[in-house]
Amino acid sequence: MKYDTVIGLEVHSQLLTKSKMYCRCSTDYVNDPPNTHVCPVCLGMPGVLPTINQQAVEYTIMTGLALNCTIPTFTKFDRKNYPYPDLMKGYQISQYDLPFCIDGWVEIEINGNKKKCEITRVHLEEDVAKLVHRTDSSGETYSLMDVNRAGMPLMEIVGEPDLSSPEEARLYMMKLHGILRYLGVSTGNMEEGSFRCDANISQRSAEDGTTFPKVEVKNMNSFKAVYSALKYEEERQREVIESGGQLVQETRGWLDDEGITVSQRSKEYAHDYRYFPEPDLPPLTISSERAEAIRASIPELADAKKDRFMVKYSLTEYDAELLVNSREFADYYESCVELAFGEQIAEGRAKVVANWMLGEHLRLLNDAGIEITESKITPQQFVEMLDMIDQGTLSTTLAKQVFEEVFTTGKKPATIVEEKGLKQISGTDEIEPIVDQVLQENPKVVAEFKGGKEKALQFLVGQVMKKTRGQAKPDLVNKLFKEKLQ
Amino acid sequence: MNLHELTIHEAHDLLKKREISSVELTTAILDRIGQIDEKVDALLTVTDELAMVQAQKADELFKTGEVTPLTGIPAIIKDNMCTRGTRTTCSSKMLENFVPPYNATAVEKLKLQGIVMMGKSNMDEFGMGSSTENSAFYPTRNPWDRDRVPGGSSGGSAVSVASDETIFALGSDTGGSIRQPSGFCSVVGLKPTYGRVSRFGLVAFASSLEQIGPITKDVTDAALVLNAIAGHDEKDSTTVPHPVPDYTQSLIPDVKGLRLGIPREYFVEGMEEGVKQTIETAISKLEELGATVEETSLPSSKYALSVYYIIAPSEASANLARYNGVKYGFSFQEADSMWDAMEKTRQYGFGPEVKRRIMLGTYALSAGYYDAYYLKAQKVRTLIRQEFDQTFEKFDALITPTSPTVPFKIGEKMEDPMQMYLADVCTLPINIAGIPGICVPAGFVDGLPVGMQILAKSFAEETLLRIAYAYEQTTDWHKQNPPI
Repeated sequence: MKYDTVIGLEVHSQLLTKSKMYCRCSTDYVNDPPNTHVCPVCLGMPGVLPTINQQAVEYTIMTGLALNCTIPTFTKFDRKNYPYPDLMKGYQISQYDLPFCIDGWVEIEINGNKKKCEITRVHLEEDVAKLVHRTDSSGETYSLMDVNRAGMPLMEIVGEPDLSSPEEARLYMMKLHGILRYLGVSTGNMEEGSFRCDANISQRSAEDGTTFPKVEVKNMNSFKAVYSALKYEEERQREVIESGGQLVQETRGWLDDEGITVSQRSKEYAHDYRYFPEPDLPPLTISSERAEAIRASIPELADAKKDRFMVKYSLTEYDAELLVNSREFADYYESCVELAFGEQIAEGRAKVVANWMLGEHLRLLNDAGIEITESKITPQQFVEMLDMIDQGTLSTTLAKQVFEEVFTTGKKPATIVEEKGLKQISGTDEIEPIVDQVLQENPKVVAEFKGGKEKALQFLVGQVMKKTRGQAKPDLVNKLFKEKLQ
Repeated sequence: MNLHELTIHEAHDLLKKREISSVELTTAILDRIGQIDEKVDALLTVTDELAMVQAQKADELFKTGEVTPLTGIPAIIKDNMCTRGTRTTCSSKMLENFVPPYNATAVEKLKLQGIVMMGKSNMDEFGMGSSTENSAFYPTRNPWDRDRVPGGSSGGSAVSVASDETIFALGSDTGGSIRQPSGFCSVVGLKPTYGRVSRFGLVAFASSLEQIGPITKDVTDAALVLNAIAGHDEKDSTTVPHPVPDYTQSLIPDVKGLRLGIPREYFVEGMEEGVKQTIETAISKLEELGATVEETSLPSSKYALSVYYIIAPSEASANLARYNGVKYGFSFQEADSMWDAMEKTRQYGFGPEVKRRIMLGTYALSAGYYDAYYLKAQKVRTLIRQEFDQTFEKFDALITPTSPTVPFKIGEKMEDPMQMYLADVCTLPINIAGIPGICVPAGFVDGLPVGMQILAKSFAEETLLRIAYAYEQTTDWHKQNPPI
C-alpha cells in the first residue's frame, strides 16, 4: 500500500518585547540566575491581576499580517486550565475562539515548485516556568523551578495539516523563522527554545483515503531535528501499519542523540482544558485603522527583497536569495552598494559587491561564528577596499589578506596596506629590473618558453610576484615578459 | 464619650481640633478589641504594634496639617485583601501563614490616606459562604445575638464595625458579601459598581463579580471611604477610567422627585413577615420624604441564583488552581510524588464548601457541559443586565430587602447548602448585573437587624448615597448599639 504523510505544525515563538506578557518583568533573563526576573504577577501569587503587553499585541498582529491573515475586529483572552507545577496560576492565559489573526498562508518552494501552506490562526499566550529534574547523591529525585521564563509573551502560529513531507515541514518552519526574524519580533533561537514547534503527523492511505491516528511530536530543537524526527516518525508509522500493528494517538518526544521518538503520554488522558473567557482582561477591539498602521510598519520581507535585488542589482536568483537570508545581511549589502555607487550602478558592479559579501565576508563570519551585525568591517571600509582594487592600488589576491585583517582588527584598509606594505607595484620602472633579474636567473625556463612551452611564462611571472611579495601588478608583469621574450 | 463608638467624620472632627489624638483613638480601639473580640470572634489578626506606629505617624501629620478625612482613623481589612507584611489568610488553612509582599490597591490607597490598620477580619473561606461559618479557624458571632450568624462572607468586617472594634472596615462583595452581613449586623455596606474599585490584591474568588467596598457606621462614612478607594488602577484592567466624584457631595437629605421602583420578585416566597413589614415601613418613609414609589418587575432576577452558582464556581475553579503547595501557603510534605503532593495539599488545605464550589465549577466548564451551563449562564447574565438597564430608564433607584430573613442560628443552614445559598437571593442579581448596591439599617424584628438594599444603575453610587443618607437622617437605627 502507498501512504501519504499528513503534517501540521504548531509553531511557538517568544516575542522580542521588553517586558513580559502580563507584567512588567524584563524579558532579558537568558544570562541571569534563575528566579531573578519575577514578580507577584508572573509568580501567580494570590490576588494579583494580569495586564496586557500592547507591544506583544502589535507584534502578533504584525506577524498575522505578514502571513496574509485577516485581523478580526473583536478578540479576547481565555483561560486554559490544566494542572502542572510549571504553570504558576494553574491556568494559562491564552486565546481560544477569537484569536488576533485568522486564515492566512505562507508560500514555500519545494523542488522548484511553489506551495501555499494555509495558516489557521495566530494567537498570543504566555510561556510557562522551567522545571529541572535532579537526582541527589542518595538517589532521591527532586525538581527545581526557574520562573524567569513564566509569563514570557508566546505567539502560536497554527498551520493547517497540509504539509506532506518532513522536508516541507522543515521548509515551512524555516520560512516562518525567516519572516519572524525579518519582522524583528523573535530571536528565532531554537536551541534556547524561544522558537519551537510541535508537529502533528499521521498517515493516510493513498488508495482509499483511510486515515490513521495522529501523533504529536515534541522536543525538536533545530530545523534538522524537525526533519529527522518527522522522517523517523513517518517511517515508524508506516512500518507499524504494514506489519499489521495498531497506531495510537499519542504524544512522542524526539530524542536527538538517539535519533528516535519515544511515547510521552497517551492522548487517552488528554486534558479537558475547560477554556472560558479571561474575566480579568476585557475583550479587545482592533480597529482597522490600528491594523493598517501596523501593516504600514511591516518592513520589506525576504521574498520581496529578493525580487527587488535581482532587478535593481542585476543579481542571479541564487545570489539574491543568499543576500536576503537575513535582514541585517541584506541591509549591509545595500548600504555598501549605495556607498559605492549611489543611485548610478554601473553594469555588473553590484555583483562584485555581492561576490565579496557572499565569498570572503561570509566565510570570515562563519569561521568566527558571528553575525553580520557583529562584523568589525564597516560598509565604509568595505567600499574603501573595493575602490583600492578598482584603482589598481591593491591586487585582488592581496585584497583578501587586507579584508581578513580589517575583519580581525577593525583598522582602516588603507592603514593596513600602509603598515604591511601591500600597495600594488604598477610602475614599469619598478617592475622592469625585477623582470630582467628573473630572466637572467632562469635561462632554462626562458629556453623552454622559446621552445613553445607557453606554461613556462606563468612560472616566470610567479617568480616576479614572489620577489615583490605579490605586490606587482600581474598583467603588467605579463606584458613586460611578453615584450622581452618576443 | 466612648472613642470607639465614633464614626469617621466624628473622629476626624475631633482629631482635627486636636481634642483627641490618633494614638488615643487607636488605644481605645485596641482596648475595645481586647474586651469584645473573644465574644464575637470577628478578627483573625490584630496588628496592634503596626497600628500604634501608624497612629503616631498620623498624629505627626495632624501637626503639619497635611491630612485627609481618613488620617489616623482605625480600620479593619477583610482577610482576603493583601496587606504587605501582614498575613492574609482568606480564612483558609491553605493560606494560614501567607504573608504577601504587596498591598491590595484599595489597602494601598487607604494607607496613602493615612489610616491606621487595626487588623484583619474573619470571613467565609475564600469568600464562599453567607454566614462566616465557613472559616477554617472559627465562626464569627452576631453581636445582636451571639447564637446567630453575622452573615457573610464579610462577617468579620461587619461585626467589627457593629461591635465598635474599629471605626470602619473594608469588605468584599461577590454575591452579597458586604451587604448581607451589613444588614445582619445593622451597619452600612456599599458594593460599588463593577470596575469602580481596583481588585488588585483582592484574593480572587469570582473575578467578574466581586468588588471591594466600605462597611461603616453611617452613610457619610461610606461616602468618605468610597472617595478614597474608587478609581482607575493600571494594575486592574477591569477598572474604568471614569473620574471619581466627591461622593460626600451626594449627602443631601432630599429625595424629592426621585423615582423609586419596588421589584416584586425581591419580596420572595419564604420571606419573613417581619422583614417584609420593616422594608415596607422604610419605603413609606422614603415616600413621605417626597420620592415617588411604584411597583415594578424584574422577572429575570429569579434566575440570578442559578446563574451565580455556575459563573462564580467556574471562575473559582480556575482562580483557586494556583494553590498547589509549590510556591507558598500550605504544602503537604509527606507525599509519594509530585502529583500526590499537589493533590493532598488541596485535599487538606481547602474546606468542604471550597471543594464543593471547585467541583461545581470544574463540572460546569467541562467539555460537553460548557454550552449547557457556563455559556447559557452568560447569556442569562446578559438578559438580567439588560433588564436592569431597562428598569433604570424608568427609575432612579430600586428598593429591596437585603435578605429575606433576619440573622439565622449558627449551624442552622450548614447541612443544607441550598438553604444557605438562598440567603443571598436578594443580593446576587446585583453582582450578576455589575450595578452598585448599598445596604442601610432599616429596623429590627425581635431585636434582630433588618437591612434595606438600595440599587442604582452602573456608576450611580451618588444616587444610592443620597437616598441612603436622606433615609438615615430620619431614623436612628444606625445609632443603636448591640447588647454586648
